[in-house]
Amino acid sequence: MAISLTPETPDVELVYLAKAGELDAFEALTNRYEQRVFGLAMRMLRQEHDAEDVTQQTFLSVLENLEGFRGEASFSTWVLRIASHAALKIIRKRKGLNTVSLEEATEPSDDLNSIPHPEFIADWRQSPEHLVEQNEVRRLLDEALTRLDEKHRLVFLLRDVEGLSIQETAVALDLSEGNVKVRLLRARLQLREDLTRVLGDPDRLLVRSHHHHE
Amino acid sequence: MLNEYVDGTVDPAVCVEFEKHMAGCNPCQVVVDNIRQTITLFKDGQPYAMPVQFREKMHNTLRKKWKEKFPAK
Repeated sequence: MAISLTPETPDVELVYLAKAGELDAFEALTNRYEQRVFGLAMRMLRQEHDAEDVTQQTFLSVLENLEGFRGEASFSTWVLRIASHAALKIIRKRKGLNTVSLEEATEPSDDLNSIPHPEFIADWRQSPEHLVEQNEVRRLLDEALTRLDEKHRLVFLLRDVEGLSIQETAVALDLSEGNVKVRLLRARLQLREDLTRVLGDPDRLLVRSHHHHE
Repeated sequence: MLNEYVDGTVDPAVCVEFEKHMAGCNPCQVVVDNIRQTITLFKDGQPYAMPVQFREKMHNTLRKKWKEKFPAK
């Protein structure tokens, strides 16, 4: 069959063609998402070999389960969902646990009231545009991410780095939207706190006068 | 509400109170700025490049599996 695939060919069309057995379409989908999957896995696992495993497993799983993908979610959400679960599986294995469930009932820590208040409040000494260029900043970011609990890290990575919506993040992780929002807030606040302690200007440290954030 | 404020998706009709507070609360504004900058740093940071050798190996594996799945093609 003569088909012409371009970088503009929409995912749904590629999925349709791949389901019909077009290898080129499947490869185009792989090319389109492999870098994002690998990046997500690296940020979750910080270990190249494990990230490679997650990436390969993800696309093997896409290949195996393509017929079952009915397009209720977008293809990108579906792929990132598979990758997220693969990464979690490795994390759980590292911890000596076998469960992959992300929900783990609703934990008390998911309560809005238990979210810590900002402590170190100061403008940063440099703009993000400047900071992004610096190698030690990358290490700082990686370390801050690692300090996050993996379920908060995943929500932050899918929503804020991969750009999924709250609803898509909820679908990808089998969470309620409410849960996603609480975890996102916790992740954002903790990362902000960690980064501001290093990047904030101590001369412009503000005294916090009151508490609020719902 | 803080999430929505950071994302700029707060419906102004619903939260006049909140907006009013934010406008007059310097620590809150700095926190919101800090969070937005935090997100920017992660989003625009240097990406992790996938090793070329691994990529080739993966594509070979996938092609092989594909041919098992669709032997006629």
